[in-house]
Amino acid sequence: MDFRFDIIVHYLPVLLKGTLFTIGVSLVSILCGSILGLVIGFGKMAPRWYFRWPFHAYINIFRGTPLYVQILIVHFGLIPLFYGKTYALMSAFVALSLNSAAYSAEIFRAGIQSIDPGQREAALSLGMTKLQAMRFIILPQAIKRMVPAFGNEFIVLVKDSSLLALIAAPEIMYWSNTMKGQYLRIWEPYLTAALIYFILTYSLSKLLNYIERKV
Amino acid sequence: MEPIISVKHLHKSFGAHKVLTDISVDIHSREVVVVIGPSGSGKSTFLRCLNLLEQPQEGDIIIEGTSLMAKSTRINDIRTEVGMVFQQFNLFPHKKVIENIMLAPMQVRKWPADKARQKALELLQKVGLSEKAEMYPASLSGGQAQRVAIARALAMEPKIMLFDEPTSALDPEMVGEVLAVMKDLASEGMTMVVVTHEMGFAREVGDRVLFMEQGIVVEQGVPEQLFGNPSHERTREFLSKVL
Ligand SMILES: Nc1ncnc2c1ncn2[C@@H]1O[C@H](COP(=O)(O)OP(=O)(O)OP(=O)(O)O)[C@@H](O)[C@H]1O
Ligand SMILES: [Mg+2]
Repeated sequence: MDFRFDIIVHYLPVLLKGTLFTIGVSLVSILCGSILGLVIGFGKMAPRWYFRWPFHAYINIFRGTPLYVQILIVHFGLIPLFYGKTYALMSAFVALSLNSAAYSAEIFRAGIQSIDPGQREAALSLGMTKLQAMRFIILPQAIKRMVPAFGNEFIVLVKDSSLLALIAAPEIMYWSNTMKGQYLRIWEPYLTAALIYFILTYSLSKLLNYIERKV
Repeated sequence: MEPIISVKHLHKSFGAHKVLTDISVDIHSREVVVVIGPSGSGKSTFLRCLNLLEQPQEGDIIIEGTSLMAKSTRINDIRTEVGMVFQQFNLFPHKKVIENIMLAPMQVRKWPADKARQKALELLQKVGLSEKAEMYPASLSGGQAQRVAIARALAMEPKIMLFDEPTSALDPEMVGEVLAVMKDLASEGMTMVVVTHEMGFAREVGDRVLFMEQGIVVEQGVPEQLFGNPSHERTREFLSKVL
């Protein structure tokens, strides 16, 4: 088998751009997803069922359907609904953020509910408000427990962003597919893509290990 | 004299399960009231109603003239006057001992840090743990942790202290050090409501003992009378098992 490094070299500039796109879309999505997820996570812990219900439904729908389908619905349905036509970049951010929010919400909820109720009771018994108890007592302990789960979610998100090639968002997989189309070769484009993803997720997991030790 | 705590016809259920039935008790300032009774009789629930960690369905609790059930009452204000000590200590594990004690005075009473620190150090000295100030709770023994928890509650300068089986989670050799701190507190005139299985403490320190069973205060009286000559058969039965 001959392995043509020259075509990889030829495609390297666009693959690097694709890598930056993947990193960018993942970063923004994990950020927006976490913020939205925090709201949804708290919503799901609301004391009354009719407040809880919409958040509960959101999480179930986004976890219960494939990201593949969600990307298509956002790209061909949701975005045109608002803007008249569709934009791959916007669809990419929106679909990944909405999806990531559902998983983040569960991480927040599980983290907060894993803290012994006695902690909250002790805080309240000292005269603290619910908000103070959350801020000074529950969240600092819960966040520590959430870090590994968030790291995991982040890594999954980076890999899942490859599905965005579907809507021609110019990320790593999109450019590998183009490369395959141009040269009609299999190993070079896909092995290169796999290697780039691996380098991304491996550095990410090293970084997360470091953060875990820090907090 | 007006009682500092007045409980009137209190009812509490969890769903269909009735836990407290028509409890009426007056507690006076400087009084030490000990609550005894079998497991599941509602002692903890009663205590937790006194600072609204549990919300009763019926009746009223009046603390220093303020009804806890009134809509206008700010429960956080009441809780600053009512300290609570838990069976499981519930220290904040992510904060040092001294930070555990300083947090509420600073956040709730808005004390400056140096005033809160001063108070915390005084209290640590009082419970005999000055040298543990900069440690984390995980490094304390059970008895030490409970003494820190008492100091933490006292830092808010409460008028009333509630204790829910403060020595039940301790190894036997550590029970004494915690009871000693509680005795000190009682002799300084703190109003205390103590749920405990330590009958020696009840006899020695209690001004009054309540015997609860199945959500009812069956009998109450001064320790000599309740322990020496209980008037109810159920009290007698319970005491024969624990004494
Ligand atoms: N949050 C709750 N939800 C449902 N039932 C509860 C709850 N808390 C307590 N109970 C029930 O209420 C009853 C009284 O409980 P409580 O804890 O007040 O008893 P206790 O006298 O303190 O017992 P122990 O000596 O075991 O601590 C028990 O039957 C208990 O199962
Ligand atoms: Mg109890």
